[in-house]
Amino acid sequence: MAKTHISFNLNGRPVDVLAEPRELLIHVLREQLAHTGPHIGCETSHCGACTVDLNGRSVKSCTVLAVQAQGGNVLTVEGLATNGTLHPLQEEFMQQHGLQCGFCTPGMLVRAYRFLQENPNPSEEEIRTGMSGNICRCTGYQNIVKAVQHAAKRLQAAGGK
Amino acid sequence: MIPATFEYHAPSNLKEAIRLLGEHNSGAKILAGGHSLLPMMKLRFAAPAHLIDLNRVPELKGIREQGGMIRIGAMTTENEIIASELLRTKCPLLPEAARQIADPQVRNCGTVGGDIAHGDPGNDHPAIALATEASFVLTGPKGERTVAADGFFLGTYSTQLQADEILTEIRVPAIGKGTGWAYCKLKRKTGDFATAAAAVQLQLDGNTCKKIVIALTNVAPTALKAKDAAALLTGKTIDDKLIEQAAQKVMSICDPAEDLRGDREYKTHMAAEMTRRAIRLALERAKGK
Amino acid sequence: MATTAERVEREAKLEGVGCARKRKEDPRFIQGKGNYVDDLKLPGTVFGVVVRSPYAHARIKSINKDKALKLPGVLAVLTANDLKPLKLHWMPTLAGDVQAVLADEKVCFQYQEVAMVIAENRYIAADGADLVEVEYEELPAVVDPHKALEPNAPVIRDDIKDKKEAGQGPRRHHNHIFTWEVGDKAGTDKVFQSAEVTVKQAMVNPRVHPCPLETCGCVASFDKVRGELTVYMTSQAPHVIRTVVSLLSGLPESKIRVVSPDIGGGFGNKVGVYPGYVCAIVASIVLGRPVKWIETRIENLATTAFARDYHLVGELAADKNGRIKALRVNVIADHGAFNSHAQPTKWPAGLFSICTGSYDIPVAHVKVDGVYTNKAPGGVAYRCSFRVTEAVHLIERMIDVLAQKLNVDKAEIRMRNFIKREQFPYTSALGWQYDSGDYHTALKKVLDAVNYPALRKEQEEKRKRGELMGIGLCTFTEIVGAGPTKACDILGIGMFDSAEIRVHPTGSVIARMGTITQGQGHATTYAQIIASELGLPSENIQIEEGDTSTAPYGLGTYGSRSTPVGGAATAMAARKIRDKARKIAAHLLEVPEGDLEWDIDRFKVKGVPGQEKTMKEIAWAAYNNVPEGMEMGLEAVDYYDPPNFTYPFGAYLAVVDIDRYTGETKVRRFYALDDCGTRINPMIIEGQIHGGLTEAFAVAMGQKLEFDEGGNLLSNSLMDYFVPTAAETPKWELDHTVTKSPHHPIGAKGVAESPHVGGIPCLNNAVVDAFAHLGVTDMEMPHTAYSVWKTIHKLGLDKR
Repeated sequence: MAKTHISFNLNGRPVDVLAEPRELLIHVLREQLAHTGPHIGCETSHCGACTVDLNGRSVKSCTVLAVQAQGGNVLTVEGLATNGTLHPLQEEFMQQHGLQCGFCTPGMLVRAYRFLQENPNPSEEEIRTGMSGNICRCTGYQNIVKAVQHAAKRLQAAGGK
Repeated sequence: MIPATFEYHAPSNLKEAIRLLGEHNSGAKILAGGHSLLPMMKLRFAAPAHLIDLNRVPELKGIREQGGMIRIGAMTTENEIIASELLRTKCPLLPEAARQIADPQVRNCGTVGGDIAHGDPGNDHPAIALATEASFVLTGPKGERTVAADGFFLGTYSTQLQADEILTEIRVPAIGKGTGWAYCKLKRKTGDFATAAAAVQLQLDGNTCKKIVIALTNVAPTALKAKDAAALLTGKTIDDKLIEQAAQKVMSICDPAEDLRGDREYKTHMAAEMTRRAIRLALERAKGK
Repeated sequence: MATTAERVEREAKLEGVGCARKRKEDPRFIQGKGNYVDDLKLPGTVFGVVVRSPYAHARIKSINKDKALKLPGVLAVLTANDLKPLKLHWMPTLAGDVQAVLADEKVCFQYQEVAMVIAENRYIAADGADLVEVEYEELPAVVDPHKALEPNAPVIRDDIKDKKEAGQGPRRHHNHIFTWEVGDKAGTDKVFQSAEVTVKQAMVNPRVHPCPLETCGCVASFDKVRGELTVYMTSQAPHVIRTVVSLLSGLPESKIRVVSPDIGGGFGNKVGVYPGYVCAIVASIVLGRPVKWIETRIENLATTAFARDYHLVGELAADKNGRIKALRVNVIADHGAFNSHAQPTKWPAGLFSICTGSYDIPVAHVKVDGVYTNKAPGGVAYRCSFRVTEAVHLIERMIDVLAQKLNVDKAEIRMRNFIKREQFPYTSALGWQYDSGDYHTALKKVLDAVNYPALRKEQEEKRKRGELMGIGLCTFTEIVGAGPTKACDILGIGMFDSAEIRVHPTGSVIARMGTITQGQGHATTYAQIIASELGLPSENIQIEEGDTSTAPYGLGTYGSRSTPVGGAATAMAARKIRDKARKIAAHLLEVPEGDLEWDIDRFKVKGVPGQEKTMKEIAWAAYNNVPEGMEMGLEAVDYYDPPNFTYPFGAYLAVVDIDRYTGETKVRRFYALDDCGTRINPMIIEGQIHGGLTEAFAVAMGQKLEFDEGGNLLSNSLMDYFVPTAAETPKWELDHTVTKSPHHPIGAKGVAESPHVGGIPCLNNAVVDAFAHLGVTDMEMPHTAYSVWKTIHKLGLDKR
């Protein structure tokens, strides 16, 4: 099958790949663009380990074709830190022990990043539903919720972002 | 979990999309949100030769009001439905249902049109469309036609949509004064289809039920309109006894398929229970409680 | 003279045992720089996809790989016939049985491995797998272990049909694997005959799957020129895997390197050797290229390492006051199509005989029969020590049943039967020597914390109104840290574990262990043990595990053995270093060793302020100024053979509210008190307990590998296999007591599995308790809304 030329912005930088139309965004990110932060957990869009931000919305990149990212903006966990400074969410996942094996963490972080833009001052209940597209098998979520709460406070104090 | 090869088309307008569909017809599938189709393709239960992606067709997006009718572009996503102020005030049953569909990421992709056109009895919008008395605009090479939601769903994965047509718009009448609504959905967990769900939209005149529509999700090969149950309540002051009678009527029309969510008996009982709860909640809302 | 404040500060700087220090492994994970198997990209890597059987039981009439081989990019298609000349079409299991690597003439479970297609990339490999044509003749399948033992049941294993034993003792039926008995049968039967009260209850621990978020996989890379094989794999036991690969392949262990990189959760799923690994290794040897094999989620749920499938009947004999006099247990254990369970070799039912629990039971007898069925092979411990979840489930249900029969409160009956603190060390009727415990204190603390009498009162009032509220208790004892080599081995290798510590001249440390973290935070906690033992800051202690070329031999991480065994080895190796450091310090200070005392991070001359040498100074001296006759350097290795298991325990209480019309259960409250002895890192312990409780919640309330009568797996994706999200998961309340293990060098016992082992029975007991006043003594797990509703509906509780 002929390959298609696909260009998009990945974490703010233009990238350019050749891929078959059937290639999934997650595979192109991981295998062609060496962004192995997002992971494949379930392949049926239940677990959210593959979550990336596409054009300002959280999506599950195992259920998006790479061609659909054409001309778009993709953000992965690798793009969360700015100039070597960790994002408050990254800091708080570490401080609140919001991760164990780390496999779900990139998807969790990218989802939480978008969630806090959608809802900068969420209740615990809202965090739990807002993060319900991401499965973690290790933490039991309690510390993930805490990490998101703490990050929200820090972001609020810093005037959003 | 790798799809078979296909040719990809991303039309930039509806006309082009219809043309492509006509050209490839039976070998083509429409890609909307992709969260039903792509998993099927990854499992190789579906292997279309052509995929026509509607995500770059701007005229299929957006929610607007025209002549007392809310018009929703078929490619409007669940999260856009949830965010719509217009729907919240004029068709509140839609955002109520959308919030109970899948999870946040999937709601960013999943579209109302895809949910309806797929004809899956597990999808939620068919029952919502029945309960709101919506109609669908189907566009094909010969132009568009409008069909009522009631009668559109023919069987599992089977609707009135022809192979050369695209569902382009959902039209929902704005609610009138004294309207109450509710969508009660029993599901095992986030991201699951309903074990059973009931959509209710009713309008009160004082304490009298002027009008009520009850529709059910996933308890038959298609979404069901519970007409007898509604008839029983219309023109009456709804009380617990009547609700119970309506629930019994609902049970008599259920024809669910057994799966891990439950056997036929359980699902039938749950359809009744969701109906009781939805009627009560809709009543409260109609009364402004 | 050092002030208290100064000493406190010095100690705090070490971030040693007891410190909730942040995890060392986190920075890479939060930046997407973890290194999991599927992240590896070796030059020239090709991809293997397994062709699997759609049938649970069928004869293979033919396999045609021509079409697949013609597809451009397909490099090879392996079948049993290709593996035969290498004698690799079957492989031995840890349990003395054999398992087909690729199906040889017949398939015995759905999704069984039939062929592997190797291609240039995963897309072509998937296309190639689709083109392999296999012709099957379907045979009748048997999925129920009771039916499998019927005289006319289909023969599942033709290959051993006539064999009188399959590696674990005599067989009595073509689908029977073994019978394992322990305890005093005659003595137990006698007590039952004359007992004042007896109760009997059948129950099932359904087949479940550990379902780590990362599936199993590997990259096998054979260097033809050097004759060396490197396998990167998702393994909880890389050293044992290397030994197995060596035995299977004939390559010497010195030419094999097994590396477990970052692992995305294991929970028992990643202990075994799976056909996919073997095929990838063979393919790499044949092709001379790295071969990657990564399971899909369906393959993971359907083929690698299920847990449980225990069908139990428990009986208790007691006096009128509820004092238990005897326990009798009979178990049918469904091991699937091949007996490839992962237990210490001599223990076909693992450590199930811990089933006398926390109670002082004078006599007991247990019998377990292993059975073949047309389901996936295995029987691993899913976040528990070998079969301990099943054991705890049994005794904790039985004691509730006894309480109900006698109308004694469920907390009270536990108090009456607990082993008392002064009875430790306590030898159980089934032969275990419990090292320590204080069960009364633990339960009392929980009952006080939740105001238990008020909860019972509320329940009583709700029952009058027809509302369903349940209170579940579980006062469990675990047995972890396998184990003493006299009792435990895997393929003849004793279940010791190891640590190798090297102190550099500047006082930084590198340490390597035979265990392997999968999220437990070893890089953080082992460093804390060393920091406390050596007085060197944990910040400068680097922990490495998982690479057989660098780490000392160890048996791996499962069964909560890392802290009890690997942690002990770490402390012991550190102590060897400290012993040497003491000699160096004496030499430097020119005093006899006996004049020195250890003070946090230094040796001091007793009674002479200011005469001291810090470990940092000693480390430097170890490389330039040691006593005459002493070797230079400062390092040590320890292979630790534990004298006993450790016995963590806990008291859990759950409160549930059940919707009597839908059957939905809401966990209103869950209070978990754990006693894991010395607490190395409280933050990590709490994280482990949160996670374990959440997995317990999943198992009790929703998880089951469900099959239809034809052996088709119905719950083969995360749509139907329940893994809760944050939205479903309850909030957990934690508490603890500390009863140190008397034989562990630092008194630690292990913790990660307790919440799973104790959590499932606790939630199960809570749900059943909601119906206890109506005479219900057991309900089928998992307690899905549908399942609970069946009980409700049968009892007519949902009538309007």
